Amino acid sequence: MSDATKTTNLTVAQQLREVHWYQKPRWRKLGALLALGLLMSMVTGVQGTHKDIFYAIRENFSDGSVAVWLGIALVVWAVREFASAPFTSSARKVKGTLVTPLGAVGRLWSTERWVRWTVIAGFAAILVWGPMGLSRFWQTVLVDQIAIYLLVAVGLNVVIGWAGMLDLGFIAFFAIGAYSAAFWTGALPVQPPVVLNNFLVIPLAVITCLIAGVLLGAPTLRLRGDYLAIVTLGFHEIVYLAAKNLGDVTGGTSGVKVERWHIDLGFWSYEWNVVDQMPFYWLLLAFIGIVVFLFIRLEHSKVGRAWTAIREDEIAAASTGVDTVRYKLMAFAIGASTSGVAGVAYASKVGYINSENFVILLSILVLSYVIFGGMGSIPGVLFGAAFLVWLPEFLRDFVDPKDRHMYLGALLVVMMIYRPQGVIPSRRRQRELQMAEAGTGGADATGPAPGRQS
Amino acid sequence: MSGAADLTKQTEDQTGEPTRTPMLELRDLRVFYGAIEALKGINVKVYEGEVVALLGANGAGKSTTLRTASGMLSPRDGQVLFHGERVDGIKSHDLVRFGIGHVPEGRRVFPRMTVRENLEMGAYRFKAPDPDDMDRVFTLFPRLGERRTQLGGTLSGGEQQMLAIGRALMGKPELLLLDEPSMGLAPLIVRQIFDILEEINKQGTTVLLVEQNASQALQLADRGYVLETGSVAMEDEASALLADPRVRAAYLGEGAA
Ligand SMILES: Nc1ncnc2c1ncn2[C@@H]1O[C@H](COP(=O)(O)OP(=O)(O)OP(=O)(O)O)[C@@H](O)[C@H]1O
Ligand SMILES: [Mg+2]
Repeated sequence: MSDATKTTNLTVAQQLREVHWYQKPRWRKLGALLALGLLMSMVTGVQGTHKDIFYAIRENFSDGSVAVWLGIALVVWAVREFASAPFTSSARKVKGTLVTPLGAVGRLWSTERWVRWTVIAGFAAILVWGPMGLSRFWQTVLVDQIAIYLLVAVGLNVVIGWAGMLDLGFIAFFAIGAYSAAFWTGALPVQPPVVLNNFLVIPLAVITCLIAGVLLGAPTLRLRGDYLAIVTLGFHEIVYLAAKNLGDVTGGTSGVKVERWHIDLGFWSYEWNVVDQMPFYWLLLAFIGIVVFLFIRLEHSKVGRAWTAIREDEIAAASTGVDTVRYKLMAFAIGASTSGVAGVAYASKVGYINSENFVILLSILVLSYVIFGGMGSIPGVLFGAAFLVWLPEFLRDFVDPKDRHMYLGALLVVMMIYRPQGVIPSRRRQRELQMAEAGTGGADATGPAPGRQS
Repeated sequence: MSGAADLTKQTEDQTGEPTRTPMLELRDLRVFYGAIEALKGINVKVYEGEVVALLGANGAGKSTTLRTASGMLSPRDGQVLFHGERVDGIKSHDLVRFGIGHVPEGRRVFPRMTVRENLEMGAYRFKAPDPDDMDRVFTLFPRLGERRTQLGGTLSGGEQQMLAIGRALMGKPELLLLDEPSMGLAPLIVRQIFDILEEINKQGTTVLLVEQNASQALQLADRGYVLETGSVAMEDEASALLADPRVRAAYLGEGAA
């Protein structure tokens, strides 16, 4: 080797060793946050005009909204980067003051039966009667949106959080459920063989969604990750376009009226009506309670363990005796039918559906609820869905309603920078991220890439 | 199938061997990957209580043989017999219930499960893992016992191999299929793993072992097969193979044949 090549080699190595300040994660995060702040200031600020394309930018700079947004970005960043030590210590202090009484309650919880029942009963009472104190607007949001999307998100969690299959078209099954309800209650232009009560439609919708889920899943379950995502996206688009364009069958964009929940036993009948939201709420609360209870049991059963194993390594799962195809299909079908039940509940609550209730954006939003809350963790998913459905409605009073989803987007971006595992992450998801940081495997949505394996 | 059983008798009567049904028999096995013929009609027998070694160069078809025996691949032609019964075409997750345990190539532990959870998954075919089996694995591999709560993916290569073997043992296999347990491991660890395999065999598990490390494998094994580009080139007692100059030249690196 000549001296000349040696020097160049050295320089290359030196160049590679040198880490510029802007390559450090801390500064990259600042860059991302500032860019986000700038973007937010522009999209939430005054509208531009086509005569003067710089009008909006000038206005936003001069009225200080840019400064405000960049300031927010800077504060978020500074708190996370520099104040995290005092922050954690004060958090620990708060925890410390809480831990002693909580620990006492916890001990009582495990020893004294009455404590356990009082706590559970108190919590249940708040859940059941608490919303009576809400305004009518919030009651409607709670029933029409939060409760419905909780159900959908819990279903999607089975598919993506537990079995590790990325489904981007989950609302397709929601649509199938809703249209099943419309069809069997006789609301569609095409008439069913027998007109059924909404409650009787539930098993039919479950079966329809199971079949749709299996038909879609069977040929595609060999695919994973990006391939399955595209197939499900396509499936949603097919269902949506069918609903939209087959107006003679589905009512298309002008929609159809669906009968609301009602029971008619001849000697006794009851009708849920729009005058009072609470009966609807209690009904949906019961649905959610049943589904969550069943899913928690499922998670800790052999089925749940099979899903975990499949997510980790399919070949290894098969070699320990897990029927991978069957369990993947099962996850797909269970998720699909939960979404279908939510669809029935939605149609029978709102009393009207059209194709625009099932746009692709909703599939993406539900996915973001699951990821925001913490994939694979039921408390996380419940929180994620409730919070992210509540937020845009809450912001309605404070910001330009058109911009509400921008705030949601910004929140998701910040979340993925600082807490990608979600608000209440599952233990397994936490492990994945830990190991990804230690350089032993990836942490993508659909489960880890094989770790250290030679 | 009665036809298959008759066939067994015939062939064995002709060669005059004792009419003992092998635990595992691969008969005229032909396996294809698309148009590529990876196995061109191989015959392998494994009798109860034996350790059988499968040797061969890279790409000879050893892993293919094991994958076919464990049900991950279906042969285009030929049969896989377990205790004289045809099992080819049965999926690997069902074959596990017959008592065939497979430690696949490249270990494949569950990276985000702890050592204990990995072992529990190994007993998936049972209602609950047998605590005695768990103790047995921790006795065989004390290094795993010390790392019960460590994540599988953070174990060293050798520990992962131990975990993969331990996980297969949790399924109480009669027959253990091992694909290159010594791959990428330090000689000392290889020695340890082979000692443990000997112990496992003594405790009553039959072993079919694919290996590149011919000398270690043949010292452990009772019999051996040498595969060459999809066919059995040699088959003999392990000691005879170990002494064979062709084997010594090709796999133990002793001068040219
Ligand atoms: N999925 C596949 N598709 C196509 N060809 C394959 C496939 N798997 C294996 N082969 C080919 O089949 C032949 C046998 O492969 P096999 O993995 O059984 O070899 P091996 O004896 O285990 O080798 P090694 O010692 O390197 O592991 C090789 O030529 C290989 O390229
Ligand atoms: Mg191989």
